Amino acid sequence: MTNYSNKGDKSTRAGFGEGLLEAGSRNSNVVCLGADITASVGCNLFADAFPDRFFSMGIAEQNCMGVAAGLALEGKIPVFSTYGVFAALRAADQIRVSVCYNNVHVVIGGAHAGVSVGPDGATHQALEDMAMMRVLPNMTVISPCDATQTRLATMAAIEQCKGPVYLRFGREPMPDFTSGDLPFEIGKAQILLPGNDLTIIATGHMVWEALQAAEILFHSGIQARVINMHTIKPIDREAIIHAAMETMAIVTAEEHQVNGGLGSAVAEVVVQHNPVPMAMVGMADCFGESGDPRLLMKKFGLTAAAIVEAAKILRSKDKCRWDIRSETT
Amino acid sequence: MLQKTATEIRKSIITSLTEAKSGHLGGSLGLADFFTALYFSVLNHDPQNPGWAGRDRVILSIGHVAPVLYATLAHAGYFPVDELNTLRKLGTRLQGHPGRDHGLPGIELSAGSLGQGLSVAIGMAIAAKMDHRSHRIYCLHGDGELQEGSIWEAAMAASHHKLGNLTAIIDRNGLQIDGNTEKVMRLEPLADKWKSFGWNVISCDGHDFISIITALNNAAHSGDVPSVIIAKTMMGKGIPEIENDYRWHGKVPTSAQSALFLRHLEGNNNL
Repeated sequence: MTNYSNKGDKSTRAGFGEGLLEAGSRNSNVVCLGADITASVGCNLFADAFPDRFFSMGIAEQNCMGVAAGLALEGKIPVFSTYGVFAALRAADQIRVSVCYNNVHVVIGGAHAGVSVGPDGATHQALEDMAMMRVLPNMTVISPCDATQTRLATMAAIEQCKGPVYLRFGREPMPDFTSGDLPFEIGKAQILLPGNDLTIIATGHMVWEALQAAEILFHSGIQARVINMHTIKPIDREAIIHAAMETMAIVTAEEHQVNGGLGSAVAEVVVQHNPVPMAMVGMADCFGESGDPRLLMKKFGLTAAAIVEAAKILRSKDKCRWDIRSETT
Repeated sequence: MLQKTATEIRKSIITSLTEAKSGHLGGSLGLADFFTALYFSVLNHDPQNPGWAGRDRVILSIGHVAPVLYATLAHAGYFPVDELNTLRKLGTRLQGHPGRDHGLPGIELSAGSLGQGLSVAIGMAIAAKMDHRSHRIYCLHGDGELQEGSIWEAAMAASHHKLGNLTAIIDRNGLQIDGNTEKVMRLEPLADKWKSFGWNVISCDGHDFISIITALNNAAHSGDVPSVIIAKTMMGKGIPEIENDYRWHGKVPTSAQSALFLRHLEGNNNL
């Protein structure tokens, strides 16, 4: 029933690297800063192509973030990519004051998002970065769903944004299922599947899981709407309000703490406009651990099965409402 | 001439802080001579055209001494001196710590969280080098601020990237909020620390105009090595009642004290 098929596993960091190279080829003001893990965070293509516009800053994220702010104040478009844990947390005060308070166009690449980082374990799995970044004034937060979309999102972050951007992506090869022709517009959610029985709003790697969940639910007679919320801030309020009004239940899914991330961001809109029952699939206020990426996602309930489960519980809890609705339609 | 300007700047610092009823007096007064020399003798700038691309950049990493920056900018002609009396009040362009978003001419960076300015200055210096532009970047630091680790990340990066167009200035008054810097967290041997990080280290008397100007000029001729000027200053300089008293770091005078301080400075002017 879904029209989406995996073109082949590919990491979103590879998509970031391609987008950075493309944007850098088009605009000589694009510069890139490295914090020792250049290839690991997708910046090696740019660094090799434009050595004069790549600056090695060493393992010093706080300084690097400030340097990015200074470059941006002088009209450059700095891209600084490092692991999301270090970008969003170690350099948080530099992001707040030097970048966001000055409202400069710095593109921060938050690599190694989620438990799917795998064997490196809890210290290197970014699970709080979206929460940290989305509370900062002037900041845009983007979390694309696959490699193809990450490439488009990277170019949009570099070429269309005017202020600070945090762009989140993962390490492991994951299903690459969107078409390069699917337009990417910052702040505009994508309805990947229509449906009116409930809505699954997902971001990042969990969008693919949401599509698989919708397929399973379809066979149980539930038509789920699937929304790819690739921009966490500014969040697409209209898409959320429509989902709440038209489907009356929302499951969110993210490879991130449920506290403060996508689930919270959606709930903030829902409770203020059209309260409906919600369930949040994500990390339940805990740290990750070492292991195979797929097994970790399973262990922490970041799967299509977990989304299906949440959807079914949500429906059973609120059975009366569905029963009334079924009678009237 | 510079002495007269410095006295006027000190008077403005005292009146604006008295009017604001909060702010940082000691450090602001201690930097009045350095700011006077920098803005009225060395800096390549145009107060009528604050956004001029060829201007030298001044970053105030220690945002809390904003009163000395504001008073200097006003006396240099960036905005009316009267506006200094709006310091720290609702709706002002003169925020407690500099905020670019409020539109005050001459402010390069919103700053005030210690330890961040040098990194931003490095970004500006790299951009200037990339574009083959000859302006200089100056970054003002407190000595206590050097206890922030990010300063030393930046110190490493500036010499690594051969940023001879960058001058860091350290307000070495030896005092921070909890007392003497060497008791709170030892900084000495400070010059050796910077030398070992690959910087051209220059010391000067932060209250002697010739010494300050010589230091700034020497810093501009260090090839591709960044320079740091360690300016020996006295917190509260110019007002004997508060000189070298760390309790005046974040304190403001009462109206009566303010009048006394201003009379003292008037007396200096008539010498």
